[in-house]
Amino acid sequence: MSSVENTVTFASVQVGDELPAVSQRAISRTTLALFAGASGDHNPIHIDIDFSKAAGMPDVFAHGMLNMAYLGHLLTAWVPQTAVREFSTRFVAITQIHAVVTCTGRVVEKRHGNLVALEVEATDQNGEVKLAGKALVELP
Amino acid sequence: MIDRSFIGRSFPPLITGVEAGRLRAFARATGQRDPIYWDSAAAQAAGYRDIPAPLTFVFTLDLERDDPFYFINEMKIELAHVLHGEQAFTYGVPICAGDEVTLISKVVDIYDKKGGAMEFVILETNAQNQLGEDLGSMTRTIVVRNPK
Repeated sequence: MSSVENTVTFASVQVGDELPAVSQRAISRTTLALFAGASGDHNPIHIDIDFSKAAGMPDVFAHGMLNMAYLGHLLTAWVPQTAVREFSTRFVAITQIHAVVTCTGRVVEKRHGNLVALEVEATDQNGEVKLAGKALVELP
Repeated sequence: MIDRSFIGRSFPPLITGVEAGRLRAFARATGQRDPIYWDSAAAQAAGYRDIPAPLTFVFTLDLERDDPFYFINEMKIELAHVLHGEQAFTYGVPICAGDEVTLISKVVDIYDKKGGAMEFVILETNAQNQLGEDLGSMTRTIVVRNPK
């Protein structure tokens, strides 16, 4: 049994449908330290305030790939991961420490071959867009 | 300016294992709520051979090098000036715990904007498993902010 409970099918989705939004806990310095270790991205700009300041930043900031992982959770909470054919994003703005990220998505196109194109976004608690992405999923 | 002769250059392949413990740590660090990403039994019940690597995990696998910033350092780019501009993935066969993955990365383009104030490097990475199956690819765009 899949842990994705509702089966989303090509016939059941319509252009304009919204994916159930997924919010995450506020990004703390611990979040970034754990993500650095787990992801292998040890770039000090995300975990070492001295390095960040020397690079001209006011503080450490979140890894873009942490937010992209959050966007991935949005997709795989909606369809099984094996349905996802393509997934991409632009990193639009830096995500500051303490940000509360919410991921949203909507169906923008239904294509031949049971393919559904999505637009996805990660925004912070002020509604500022941090990541603007796309995905292509193949539905039963 | 980044040496444009790097365009088309491939880097030595990386062969790396996909560890269940690493996948669990990644799930924990990213607020994952779906147990298939940390529990082998749940993953198998969902039809996977073992815990699947999440959608962005190839990026993490490629960091399993002696120098995770290999292409940045080889191109003599200052890490402090680097931002991640874009990231794209395509997917083939799922990657699961226990797999051995071969990653081959190639510079597909280098260009600049704003009179050289910003340079862009596009690196494409292709992934195969131990059976030679295509796992998909990823393309990253890094932005280098050159000081005036």
